[in-house]
Amino acid sequence: MVKPGDGYKEIPEGGLILESGNAKRYETGGWRTQRPVIDLDTCINCFRCWAFCPDSSIETEDEEIVGVDYDHCKGCGVCAHECPVDAIAMEQE
Amino acid sequence: MSEQVALTGNEVMSQAMRQINPDVVAAYPITPQTAIVQTFSQFVNDGDVDTEFVPTESEHSAMSATVGASASGARAMTATAANGLALMWEVLYIASGTRLPIVMPVVNRALSGPINIHCDHSDAMGARDSGWIQLYAENAQEAYDNAIQAVKISENKDVMLPTMVNMDGFIISHAVENLNLLADEDVQDFVGEYHAENPLLDSENPVTVGPLDLQDFYFEHKMQQAVAAENVKDVVLEVAEEYEELSGREYGLFEEYKLDDAEVAVVALGSTTGTAKTAVDNLRENGVKAGLSKIRLYRPFPAEEIAEALADLEAVAVMDRAETFSTTGGPVFADVRAALYDMGADVEAVNYIYGLGGRDLKVEEIESVYKDLEEIVETNTVEDRVQHLGVRE
Repeated sequence: MVKPGDGYKEIPEGGLILESGNAKRYETGGWRTQRPVIDLDTCINCFRCWAFCPDSSIETEDEEIVGVDYDHCKGCGVCAHECPVDAIAMEQE
Repeated sequence: MSEQVALTGNEVMSQAMRQINPDVVAAYPITPQTAIVQTFSQFVNDGDVDTEFVPTESEHSAMSATVGASASGARAMTATAANGLALMWEVLYIASGTRLPIVMPVVNRALSGPINIHCDHSDAMGARDSGWIQLYAENAQEAYDNAIQAVKISENKDVMLPTMVNMDGFIISHAVENLNLLADEDVQDFVGEYHAENPLLDSENPVTVGPLDLQDFYFEHKMQQAVAAENVKDVVLEVAEEYEELSGREYGLFEEYKLDDAEVAVVALGSTTGTAKTAVDNLRENGVKAGLSKIRLYRPFPAEEIAEALADLEAVAVMDRAETFSTTGGPVFADVRAALYDMGADVEAVNYIYGLGGRDLKVEEIESVYKDLEEIVETNTVEDRVQHLGVRE
């Protein structure tokens, strides 16, 4: 696994990434200007937000929506747009 | 076992590709390279090779498909010339930056415009900073030998860089030459099987090829490329030694022709070096201590070795078959002069731009270059540092 600050003698050649599925370690939450906030009392667990989220950032537990992975959510607002009961509000960061 | 044949440069290059038997060839035809791809596609059709042949809609696509094939773990080749090479431009850097050992014959031709199909080196010289290794040939035999050696040079673990195997358009590509082909099995044994270290199609060990590489690592990857380029010289010499055992033909970073005791010499690359050898022989008969340095490996540039070979001369003329419009001379001149400067050599160096757009350069014209050098030595004065040889006023 390449770490920040590694030198040219330590990293794979040609820009190759030799470990699969490591994108989840690249935290893209910092790109966000607005954050989705879910009102779990209003939420009906239809899972539309979960299905539409382009970054797989809607968190679930025991088949229920429990929150948002803010380390990876880029704040696109698709979830708030799709929510049929207006349970998701976009708040300024 | 080798076989003596009479073939054109393009035919013999397609024979080299047949003997290498690459996994993938993706190519687009362009004069004067066309016969290579055309002949090779016939080999594919006739089942003489195991190659997957991809006819593409442009050279940009040809290089892109070759990059994809190479990244997947295949031994991949293509071939091009002139404007085709120019259209490959951005993908050339992706091939070298991704460290893919692609081998590509380039049949040197003038870049448009005005449009011209004949030989000069403006195509390959423009790509000299693209991170590709560049080999140049005096004749078809050398182009064939270079292509086979290039596979081993590029795929060496300390190198892993693509190679352009240059040969002069028409002068070499279309002229019939008497030459020796190695036996198919000898070439196969020599190049061996290619095993990519991290092939894209290895589903057991998934890898990502070509990801975004920003301020935090791009520089380190370029440094790795620079280190690989440093390694090329040694690998070229190792492979040449091994090839000599097989073929009996000797190769180095450059060839020294009657350079040992020379006072004046020409540095050149490509087919003109053959003409220059005749000029040297003629001048030697008249008592002129003339010599020639024929560059084979131009990228990376063997600066130290070339400067050392030229250091005892009185004056040297560097021949460039490409105009850079820098007003300070051609690319080979800039490299040779910088090498001499680093060596602290007391050698007067001048530059001749020649042969643009296929303009023929005759033996007498090269002899006149040596005469100019003798005059420089005699008068200790350089009137024109950069001259254009064989152009009409």
